[in-house]
Amino acid sequence: MQDFLEFFSFADANIRYVTLGSVLLAASSAVVGCFTLLRKRALVGDAVAHAVLPGVCLAFILSGTKNPLILLIGAFVTGWLSLVVIDYITSRSRIKEDTAIGLVLSVFFGIGILLLTSIQQSGNAAQSGLDKFLFGNAASLIGEDLIIFSVVAVLLLVSVIFFYKELTLLCFDQAYARTIGFPVRGLELLLTTLTVFAVVVGIQAVGVVLMAAMLITPAAAARFWTENLKVMLVLAALMGAFSGVAGAFVSYTAPSMPTGPWIVLIVSMIAILSFALAPGRGWIARILRRRRNKTRILEENLLKLLYQLGELRQDYGNARSIEELLERRNIPKKEALSGLQKLKRQGYLKKEDKRWLLTTEGEKRGRRVVRLHRLWELYLTQYVNLASDHVHEDAETIEHIITPELEQKLLEELNYPDLDPHHARIP
Amino acid sequence: MNAFWIILTGSLVATCCSLLGCYLILRRMAMVGDAISHAVLPGIVIAFMLTGSRDTIPMLIGAGLLGVLTTFLIEFFHRFARVQADAAIGVTFTWLFAIGIILISVFAGQVDLDQDCVLYGEIAYVPLDLIITEGGLSMGPRTVWTLAVVTGLIGIFIWVGYKELFLTTFDPAFAAAIGISTTLWYYLLMGAVSLTTVASFESVGAILVVAFLVAPPATAYLLTDNFKTMLGISVAVGIASSILGYYLAVWMDGSIAGAIATVTGIAFMLAFLFSPSRGILMRQKRVQAVGH
Repeated sequence: MQDFLEFFSFADANIRYVTLGSVLLAASSAVVGCFTLLRKRALVGDAVAHAVLPGVCLAFILSGTKNPLILLIGAFVTGWLSLVVIDYITSRSRIKEDTAIGLVLSVFFGIGILLLTSIQQSGNAAQSGLDKFLFGNAASLIGEDLIIFSVVAVLLLVSVIFFYKELTLLCFDQAYARTIGFPVRGLELLLTTLTVFAVVVGIQAVGVVLMAAMLITPAAAARFWTENLKVMLVLAALMGAFSGVAGAFVSYTAPSMPTGPWIVLIVSMIAILSFALAPGRGWIARILRRRRNKTRILEENLLKLLYQLGELRQDYGNARSIEELLERRNIPKKEALSGLQKLKRQGYLKKEDKRWLLTTEGEKRGRRVVRLHRLWELYLTQYVNLASDHVHEDAETIEHIITPELEQKLLEELNYPDLDPHHARIP
Repeated sequence: MNAFWIILTGSLVATCCSLLGCYLILRRMAMVGDAISHAVLPGIVIAFMLTGSRDTIPMLIGAGLLGVLTTFLIEFFHRFARVQADAAIGVTFTWLFAIGIILISVFAGQVDLDQDCVLYGEIAYVPLDLIITEGGLSMGPRTVWTLAVVTGLIGIFIWVGYKELFLTTFDPAFAAAIGISTTLWYYLLMGAVSLTTVASFESVGAILVVAFLVAPPATAYLLTDNFKTMLGISVAVGIASSILGYYLAVWMDGSIAGAIATVTGIAFMLAFLFSPSRGILMRQKRVQAVGH
């Protein structure tokens, strides 16, 4: 608790720098990451992160100083070049994009390592600290770094807000963007530049390998909670910012803990929980929905069956045994029984010495399913010109899906018909 | 003699990786290889903590398990949680790598491992760790023996499973129709990639593994349309890069792994520009020839 209060009072300048730096970095790269994710190019961030290294080394060799601005320019140049090379290789040969990314990533990084070790061996004392670009070191952020971080973060956010519409179109409908005269290539270049900016700055905090996570993970997590891009951008930024603060806090309470990996670990946990738990798109929500649909289809099929039997013998009031039902339709007996029990509890069925009988409610619902089935068969034969012996399968599926509004439309469209294509009466 | 052992180590890694890489790039799974090579880190650390030594076998097992777990997680996120494929890869390997680094920091005093060793290895130390028999006879570096066994296993794997691997790569639907389990061969292939990564990690590091997995096969892919030829060219490019890379590193006094990766890149660039059938420059020349 003591630690907690001390940390969040931000009295220590060092805490302020590290926290603010981590938040700025995590939030701004999360925002840019959303766009690269939606363009299905999430992994290019990984390539850029690796490709930054040779640029840093070259800048050092050429300038002979460790001026952060010069190193950043070097990093920016090779980072940017790597993306151009990936695009060029994929468009000009039969090499696929994933191969091109892996190739550029490993070769650029190999060149970087070669240069870096070569510099280190040369005995140049000024070189120490260059490997900050390799593994990052958020805990050593100082005021000067923070200024660069803030400038880049603001720059990224402003460009995203300013070009929001254009970038959105680029992600979702490139062909349309081109048709209405948007400079698609220019926009791609813009997004590339933004990505490289985010990487070049962020890499000093979290290192080469983990930089990819700062771009991809918050975006992938946010994608699970919403279908709205604006909400997604805000969510991703918040998730990034939260893990930035949390990572800084962990490394404050346990000074031997590296900040960067903790930021990534926390944001990954958020992402994995989102994959599992998010309502709508999440894994568990999908399983539940599938199970619910399955039960509903089973119940409707049972009601339909009872109704059809009543229709066949013109005695809706008689109860049927389970054997009678299963004779007409192949449902596993155990499933059928549990479905019948459930329908009884919901008041659609009554049970009279081991035989099942439709209540008024049940008859109504069964009749509706039969009606939808036959209406759809008729619709397919009349409007899609399918032969009447081809329409049953399709109707079996759609009868569970059609809404009352669609039902009304079908009725109007078909002019309130009496008979289906098999000359059965539409109830 | 040192040069010989280092080049031999590089060539053995090159052989395994270039062979497996051909399958990976044709399945569009190059980045899965990249992911595995990073994600084995926590497995190595855990094996190290449990045994307290750098014995090869526990490390192979620990990291091999993590490699397969990585593949499984990527598949799981993609198929069951419907995470976009590239995002699933990115999230999985960075997460596992972060765990690995945190584990290293937690046990900093006890673990003689660091990240740069994982990323770019230290092939120059290979000749130092020799197997000496009781009679005092040197049997050569330990790593070379490990890698020779792994290369043998990979060779046998590809030789025995050639038909299955070929079919599941090029025509999974047909493979499934004639009763070959695509899932089984997928996991076998990924297991082989994990094994190779782990066996090579100590000596060459993740980055050279990725370079060998991608660059020589991509080079070969631009030079031929025949799959067997592709395997052959790929291995040849890998071995040639090891040799040239070693001398480049000596000349520049830098990392050998970095230099070899650089040379694989140069090899790809040459094929990209001058491949008789698909090179950029050759294509232009062909167009001109047709024009005349």
